[in-house]
Amino acid sequence: MAILEVKNLTLRFGGLTAVNNLSFNIEENSITSLIGPNGAGKTSVFNCLTGFYRANEGDILFLGKSIKKLKPFKITEMGMARTFQNLRLFKYMTVLENVMAGMHCRSGAGIVSSILRLPSQRQEERRIRETSEKCLDFVGILDKKDRIAKNLAYGDQRRVELARALATQPKLLLLDEPGAGLNHDEKMQLIALMQKIQEQLGITIVLIEHDMGLVMNVSEKIIVLNYGQKIAEGTAEQVQNDQRVIEAYLGKEEEEAV
Amino acid sequence: MVIKDLNTTIEKTSMDKRMVNWSDRIFEVFEDTKVKTGISTLLIVTSLALPYFASNYVLEILTNAYFYMILCLGLNIVVGFAGLLDLGYAAFFAVGAYTTGILSTRLGINFWLTIPFSILFSAIAGIIIGGPTLRLRSDYLAIVTLGFGEIIRIAARNLKITGGASGLVGIERPIFFGMKLYQNQHFYYIFLLLVFLAVFVSYRLHNSRLGRAWEYIREDEDAAEAMGIDRVKFKLYAYITGAIFAGIAGSFYAVKMTSISPETFQFTQSVNILAAVVLGGMGKIPGVIMGAFILVMFPEIFRSIGNMRMLVFGIILLIIMIFRPHGLWPEKNN
Amino acid sequence: MLNIIAQQIVNGLIIGSVYSLVALGYSMVYGVIKLLNFAHGDIYMTGAFVGLAVLTVISGAVGAGWTGIILAMIVSMMIVGLLGVVIERIAYQPMLNAPRLSILITALGVSLTLYNTVMVLTNGEFRAFKTDLGYEGISLHNIQISYTQIVIVLATAALMIGLHIFISRTMYGKAMRAIALDQDACRLMGINVNKIIALTFFIGSALAAAAGIMAGVYYGSIHFFMGFIIGLKAFTAAVIGGIGSIPGAMIGGLVLGLLEAAGTQLPFVGSGWKDVFAFAILILLLVFKPTGILGKTEIERM
Repeated sequence: MAILEVKNLTLRFGGLTAVNNLSFNIEENSITSLIGPNGAGKTSVFNCLTGFYRANEGDILFLGKSIKKLKPFKITEMGMARTFQNLRLFKYMTVLENVMAGMHCRSGAGIVSSILRLPSQRQEERRIRETSEKCLDFVGILDKKDRIAKNLAYGDQRRVELARALATQPKLLLLDEPGAGLNHDEKMQLIALMQKIQEQLGITIVLIEHDMGLVMNVSEKIIVLNYGQKIAEGTAEQVQNDQRVIEAYLGKEEEEAV
Repeated sequence: MVIKDLNTTIEKTSMDKRMVNWSDRIFEVFEDTKVKTGISTLLIVTSLALPYFASNYVLEILTNAYFYMILCLGLNIVVGFAGLLDLGYAAFFAVGAYTTGILSTRLGINFWLTIPFSILFSAIAGIIIGGPTLRLRSDYLAIVTLGFGEIIRIAARNLKITGGASGLVGIERPIFFGMKLYQNQHFYYIFLLLVFLAVFVSYRLHNSRLGRAWEYIREDEDAAEAMGIDRVKFKLYAYITGAIFAGIAGSFYAVKMTSISPETFQFTQSVNILAAVVLGGMGKIPGVIMGAFILVMFPEIFRSIGNMRMLVFGIILLIIMIFRPHGLWPEKNN
Repeated sequence: MLNIIAQQIVNGLIIGSVYSLVALGYSMVYGVIKLLNFAHGDIYMTGAFVGLAVLTVISGAVGAGWTGIILAMIVSMMIVGLLGVVIERIAYQPMLNAPRLSILITALGVSLTLYNTVMVLTNGEFRAFKTDLGYEGISLHNIQISYTQIVIVLATAALMIGLHIFISRTMYGKAMRAIALDQDACRLMGINVNKIIALTFFIGSALAAAAGIMAGVYYGSIHFFMGFIIGLKAFTAAVIGGIGSIPGAMIGGLVLGLLEAAGTQLPFVGSGWKDVFAFAILILLLVFKPTGILGKTEIERM
């Protein structure tokens, strides 16, 4: 069953069409990659899916319901989580506090219960802390939970962001260039981690990525964008041999001949 | 060009460092938990015992300082915790003061019964002004709150029910278990108690799901929203909580002074409160208390400079923002 | 009835001219460094006092007629323009990369400093803005228009046309518009961004000074708190036109001036409520159309 259905999605910025009549489906518990040259509109697609941009045309169905007009926090509540291309951690807060942000939509204490510190609120605080620690343990940096986020090594900051997204207890996880800035070993660990998320937590993953090694290694399906349009969709092998994909990445052969 | 910029940035940071080192070293002593508890206990005991040996003048000034501490702690929730600039905070204080003033002088309602109304009306004022504007850019909010502060003051001046430009007089003193509260000592203890309450509520909120949500929004709105936080709703919570603090303070102010007039709620009042919060350190509860204390002590100590006071205040505000934007209270060491 | 309407239109255009000139400074600074310069109203006020001082000095030689006023205006525009640059250098430049809240509070500090400096210097008293201009003017079907009023509108128009040519035709104007779009890209292209920002503050402050002097001439007296309300209204005007847009600020000022003139004629709006009227417009506008008349629609970000 498709967990996410994108139908004829179009997004314009003034005269520029960033996403053009894009349609695709994401199957439950799969790993899909969204690739394409710079400026192909990949991050814009993510921003539409997560409610940060409002699409001009088309529709997005998540778990069978239209989310086109929902605000980002509602979409997160429904079970879609994301990471950002340029890390958006709460830099001056601790690692644990960062991850606890993810638990926000899975908890509900209000002003009065927080001031009176009612038993229900205390219990909830404990649950938030424990779940967040579990998420940190899952990505392998529980030992760094009390450090200030900005002081962590880059690779670890990426893990914090991932743990934070996991703490929202998503069904679908969107990763915007999770491998950017990581070295080879870290990328290998990332692949293992994504597979662990898929297998152990049953979470569906869509990622934007430039590292083709990583993409080919991990994805069950690859969607290729160029100028906001889908130019190919299929397995790694199918996409690699697609003439239009080769042209998009390398330019047309005639051009090269000249 | 770019390099020149870089150099100035580096120079600036090293200058900041020096400033930080200078004062943080003094404050380092206070980092020790034992020293901290010791000092807090001493402060609490002294403030409780003070009326037995201090002069009326001292009590009066301290009561005033406590009053500003409540306002500053309230504004701190808006500015310090949630990072929203409010330039019309005195308006909420006015709503509280006028609610009590009107209900007790016009309708003869018992002071204690006016407090729930103050809370209600200041919360409603918070919703009316915050609701539509909190979704806008933060700098728009600043100017709308400024305008709103003026609207409230102009309304108070022009309406009949608020007594126009001369305001309300003869507000009844409250009666507490058969005892009429009118002496300096009485109000000293009432405001001290309110400060304890405000500090308690501030800490509780700060260390809760709400406090964290405010901090997430302040640090990165988009990331906070992506984490499932309804930023408009939580900003509104901060706004309403801040408004209620001011509303309650306003009610007690009205009965302490027994008269109120629109001129008490001028723009400079909002600025004073904000300046105290910034001076002490936005978001830092002990810092804000210190800021309020300085705000009240300053004119007492520098009586001679008269109308230069606000000028000096403006300059201090500038110096703080340029050299020590986190306020006088030290940052936590991590 | 028609006469009243026509008279109010004239009044609205004149006060609107002043709003426009002050709104321009708001909008230009906002466009370039995304700062709401709270101190801008106080710059306008400072401009009026500098103008009066200059006029007093030179009136011995050239008198306080049109020559004197125009000379005083030019000199004080220079002085206040430089003041704007100094303020930007001292207070705003160190804060450009700081959080939004910090720079807004800094602007408030600047505002307080200017306001209170003038208050201390003038003992908080009103000062008469004495000129040799009479009250002569023309009278059309009972509508009184003084020459002073005509000159104010014409001078405003001249300053705006000059500014428009400067922004659209010169390299500096182009650089200004480019910085509004992308500061980092401008740095990489070798544009001296700091210099252009300084220039923006110079022009904005000089225009505010001109407006301050015009208001002084028009009302005949000035005081240290005249900048506070004008600052708010000019901001409203800038938002009406679309903040960051220069033609928008011009139109916004005139629209606000006319709306206010109309508002004072409404039966339920007494003169005590006049300022509330402008704020109400501002709040409604921010809620329903925050981009204003000519503001660019930003990508709809939820």
